[in-house]
Amino acid sequence: MTSPALILPKRKKSNRRPEMATQWQLMWWKYKKHHMALVGMIMLSLLVFSAVFAEILSPNIPTERNNKYLASGPMGIHFFDSEWNFHLRPFVYARTTKRDPVTLRKLSVVDETKHWPIEFFVAGSPYKFWGLVETDVHFIGAKGGFIHLFGTDSLGRDVFSRTLYATRISLSVGLVGVTFAFILGAIIGGIAGYFGGIVDNLIMRLIEFIRSIPTLPLWLALSAALPREWSSLQVYLAITMILAMIGWTHLARTVRSKLLALREEDFTVAARLSGCTDMRIILRHLLPAFMSYMIVDVTIAFPEILLAETSLSFLGLGLREPAESWGVLLFAAQNVRSISHMPWLLIPGLFIIIAVLAFNFVGDGMRDAADPYSK
Amino acid sequence: MSRLISYSGDLDLTDYGLVDYGLEELMIRFVLGRFVYMILTMAAVSVVAFVLIQLPPGDFADSYANKRQQAGAPITTEELDNMRHQLGLDRPWHIQYGTWVSNMVLEGDMGYSWEWRRPVTDVIGDRLPLTLALAFSTLILMYVIAIPIGIYSAVRQYSLPDHIFSTAGYVGLATPNFLLALILMYLGQRWFGQSVGGLFSPEYQDAPWSWGRVGNLIEHLWVPVIVLGTAGTAYLIRTVRASTLDELDKMYVMAARAGGISPMRLLLKYPVRMALNPIVATLGWRLTYVISGAPIVGVVMSLPDTGPLFLHSLLNQDMYLAGGMVLIYCAFTIIGTFISDLLLILIDPRIRMEGAS
Repeated sequence: MTSPALILPKRKKSNRRPEMATQWQLMWWKYKKHHMALVGMIMLSLLVFSAVFAEILSPNIPTERNNKYLASGPMGIHFFDSEWNFHLRPFVYARTTKRDPVTLRKLSVVDETKHWPIEFFVAGSPYKFWGLVETDVHFIGAKGGFIHLFGTDSLGRDVFSRTLYATRISLSVGLVGVTFAFILGAIIGGIAGYFGGIVDNLIMRLIEFIRSIPTLPLWLALSAALPREWSSLQVYLAITMILAMIGWTHLARTVRSKLLALREEDFTVAARLSGCTDMRIILRHLLPAFMSYMIVDVTIAFPEILLAETSLSFLGLGLREPAESWGVLLFAAQNVRSISHMPWLLIPGLFIIIAVLAFNFVGDGMRDAADPYSK
Repeated sequence: MSRLISYSGDLDLTDYGLVDYGLEELMIRFVLGRFVYMILTMAAVSVVAFVLIQLPPGDFADSYANKRQQAGAPITTEELDNMRHQLGLDRPWHIQYGTWVSNMVLEGDMGYSWEWRRPVTDVIGDRLPLTLALAFSTLILMYVIAIPIGIYSAVRQYSLPDHIFSTAGYVGLATPNFLLALILMYLGQRWFGQSVGGLFSPEYQDAPWSWGRVGNLIEHLWVPVIVLGTAGTAYLIRTVRASTLDELDKMYVMAARAGGISPMRLLLKYPVRMALNPIVATLGWRLTYVISGAPIVGVVMSLPDTGPLFLHSLLNQDMYLAGGMVLIYCAFTIIGTFISDLLLILIDPRIRMEGAS
């Protein structure tokens, strides 16, 4: 065996100058090495993109009911028809409605002789983009008929469109919840770390106590306490507050321990000796030093809040219709009967898994990148 | 150098200014201290539980009146006041709390469930064994599966099985419990034509306990166990893998290998033993985690355990039942943490020394 010192790694030619790079540049270089973290970032960007442009991307309005296609499955997009002829413009097969001779229920039947070609940026039902601009442009639509990529629910509402709108609400619950948790954690952790002593002790005991209460029962009890007659916006804000109330403890701990450690560092002492004000020391020297750790914690807290909101809404204690989140959509798939008739109602669940996965990947990458000077 | 010295076990600690209390004395002190702390936490939790169940606007009398209204037989104001008086709802909250706690401590009486018209202890007692059976089977299965896989993944890092386990672990961690339950229920329906909800087949539903019923329970238990255990197992595999990997690189492993111990013996005796410390020590927290996740699984799969009971008591404002459930869930968490601390001190001499100094 050759000694490791003799095998020099082949240097790639690069114009990187680590000694000149800023801390954020170093972090980015380290982050880029994590392939899964990059994949996670792309998945997240796609989710955010579809949340931002939900109205345009969805072929229908989420409240719109299609009476000709009740509780029916996803419509496949085809390039080849039943005789294997290739069509450059993809199409969906036309559907006609029939009555079931026994139960008299409306059934939709695939009509393979007729095609509904798919068109992009078509005029459809009017809506207000971001509640501001009135328009009727939809990214995707079927000429001569309708298109339901993920099928419809028992009221004939398009699951695909509803999922896109729900992405917006679910991600925003996470975002708002994390922001609340971040502010609470930074302030309380900052107080504990800055004052130290008895204040620190009290706050740490409080955090320990909060963490010893099992989360889900606590969330359930708190959300059950919300008045039934509240509007969906009030419920939305209250739920995010409830989720943030548990999430802040982790952040507060990070802030406190980093503050305590950094207070004694040489560069802090040097800054103080050269006459910097407390404010400047905190903002210029301490904050950048633990900002990256806080970002990591936020990334880790995000999926937790997302999962919690979903579980609460799924049990009917979180958000309620007309507000739509992934959990609210899954609420319709609560019993075996409905999922065995309409398994496509579980598709929003796939989005939850993807979102949480993406956040976990990004969080892993960031955890490594947070300390760019380590090996 | 100091590091090496503090690791070797048979040094006379008094030489280093550390007083050797002996394990027994130390354990007694520790257990007593923790016990006091536990009781204080329980007291604080009971206040929180009481405040939580008082939070919803209105009380049980209101929700009862509401129900009567809907049933077409509205209740008069006088009857309502009477009911409040009987249930003690017209007294100030600190007196209600005092009665609740003192009855609980002195007589083991957790109050009366108005919804069920039975004492809370009876209602919970009926269903708690199933929750516990579920939690403990999940816990055991989690460890039995996770530890070997974690060690294997660490030793054969970046091999194909390692990648497969890692990917499965990521997905397992990202799937919410209730979604997994729904998917399993759907697949069970689809492929086995069997309803996987519930814990017993119809013929055993109300039957008295017998071996047949136990067997039937085990047949049904695996689905909720999988649902409850997947995320925890994924997390454990990751932890075992990471901590074993940390240990494998250490100098003492190299020294032992140079000494010529067989690889298997070496692995199990040194790095694995060290790596398992944090895993075993967090057993209590895993218990907490499983107990805390149990209600939602119970509700989705309509198990006759405490989950649906808790949810309905919250929705119907059946105050003492809800409060009792919150208290029991919290008690498990606190006991779990206690067990963790105890295990930690038992298996890791370093922590024992810290406690002594």
